[in-house]
Amino acid sequence: MNAVPEGGAEVPRAPRRRPRLRLINATVSRGGALFLGALPFAAVAVAYLFASAQRLAVNPSDKLLPSPAQMWSAFLDLATVPDKRSGDLILWADTFASLVRLFAGVGVATLAALCLGVAIGFIPRVRAFLLPFVTVVCVIPPLAMLPILFIALGLGETAKITLIALGVAPVMVRDIANRVMELPPELVAKAQTLGANSWTMVLRLVLPQVTPRLITCVRLALGPAWLFLIAAEAIASTEGLGYRIFLVRRYLSMDVILPYVAWITLLAVITDWLLVRLSHVISPWAHPVQDK
Amino acid sequence: MSRIVVHGLEKSYGDARVLERVNVTAEAGEFLSLVGASGCGKSTFLRILLGQEQQSGGVVVVGDQPIVPQPTPQRGIVFQRYSVFPHLTALQNLLLVEDFRSGGPFGRVFGVKRRNARQEADTMLERVGLAHARDLYPASLSGGMQQRLAIAQTLLGRPQILLLDEPFGALDPGIRVEMHELLTELWSEHGMTVVMVTHDISEAFKLGTRLLVFDKVRHDPQFPSAYGATITYDLKLDRKSRASARDVAKVAAMVGTTRLDSANATAAS
Repeated sequence: MNAVPEGGAEVPRAPRRRPRLRLINATVSRGGALFLGALPFAAVAVAYLFASAQRLAVNPSDKLLPSPAQMWSAFLDLATVPDKRSGDLILWADTFASLVRLFAGVGVATLAALCLGVAIGFIPRVRAFLLPFVTVVCVIPPLAMLPILFIALGLGETAKITLIALGVAPVMVRDIANRVMELPPELVAKAQTLGANSWTMVLRLVLPQVTPRLITCVRLALGPAWLFLIAAEAIASTEGLGYRIFLVRRYLSMDVILPYVAWITLLAVITDWLLVRLSHVISPWAHPVQDK
Repeated sequence: MSRIVVHGLEKSYGDARVLERVNVTAEAGEFLSLVGASGCGKSTFLRILLGQEQQSGGVVVVGDQPIVPQPTPQRGIVFQRYSVFPHLTALQNLLLVEDFRSGGPFGRVFGVKRRNARQEADTMLERVGLAHARDLYPASLSGGMQQRLAIAQTLLGRPQILLLDEPFGALDPGIRVEMHELLTELWSEHGMTVVMVTHDISEAFKLGTRLLVFDKVRHDPQFPSAYGATITYDLKLDRKSRASARDVAKVAAMVGTTRLDSANATAAS
């Protein structure tokens, strides 16, 4: 660049147009991000409303694409009107039954992941003993074991909870074990020079360090956990969100199925958000940027 | 008490020999600076002293016992990186020392012990100039502050031998000089034996009471890893008078450093 003349007459002017940046460098403003993020939702909603209105115009008793009003009234019925036979509020009874199964299954898996994962990752003898086994169990398709579980454990809650736990635990165990093995050897050596033994290192070094990863693990495991839950409920159950969807499928009750799917999605999103908050509360050190 | 005797030490990884015929005796209270070209095995030597790695042959005696092949509170360590626990604040990092030492199965001390530990930790934080950062996590401390914390933590463990693996290698020159002063003060207060690995020859001359150069004396052009490094030069230093320019140049030539200018500058200043 040339030096500015003595008189200072020529001050570089801001360019009229913003320079064209490469795609990967063009950042998005907060409002822009909100708009872009809302776009796919809006697109799906508009497409549905359009298609539904068209079908209902041709045949007012069409069941495949019910109008929002129809869905809302069906959903409200399930949520507020007691069932004639059992006297339950069906939506809440289903939700409660499903969430108990889901959290019991994921809870058992999390506990297993923590105990086995830390042991496999931290203690060479346990690693030699269990890692090959866990690696093999990991590749068994859990749904293929569902008949075995129903035969062996009966059709009750145990089989469903076991399916969820067996379905998500092996991956979680391996992930936690890997995370423990990735701990910097410097930290482990340093802890020992400060007088730690294997157990106190687990308590004060390994557990706090893997907690954020464990929470991420649970977040990722909840996806497959819902899958196994709904599969188990579809096959043998008398209540539950998955059971209800597969029950009303026989009557083509899209006005129930669609709100139920949306409800499950909402539950999953809330759970995920709560887990993120939990991670911030338990391990503030792992989220330095967001907390500032 | 904290004497180190190394006799006929060897270390190989498979066919590759890293160290061979290493003999050295360090008296209690000495400050050993270890220098050598990259990959010459000086860090391996330090890790053997730490107990993180086991020698392939030879004897290492620390105090009056052969070395246990695992880290113990007898030997403290400060690494270049990962030297403090990222999930604990500065204060908690220092409290952890007492928690590990006498916390029992919970790994945590309670009551009077905890109050005493807190007091000791606060004094130490003050001592290394980190009182204002006591409740910060290491991620929000600068590199120099993290290393000060690491040194404070290691010293609270009251080791007989302090091992330093390029502790100031990642720091800015100005901060480095500060750290040299702090380390010198703490060393004269606590009087432990220090073994420091460094790339910086001027640092080695400035801090050490004795300087050891690691290098290979035998070479096999067909199989470069056939022979390991050993101690090729053992120089007593007087911390009060500055090192002669000739010594500095000689060591720099042995190490093959590119920092000869800075090394000479130190000797001349």
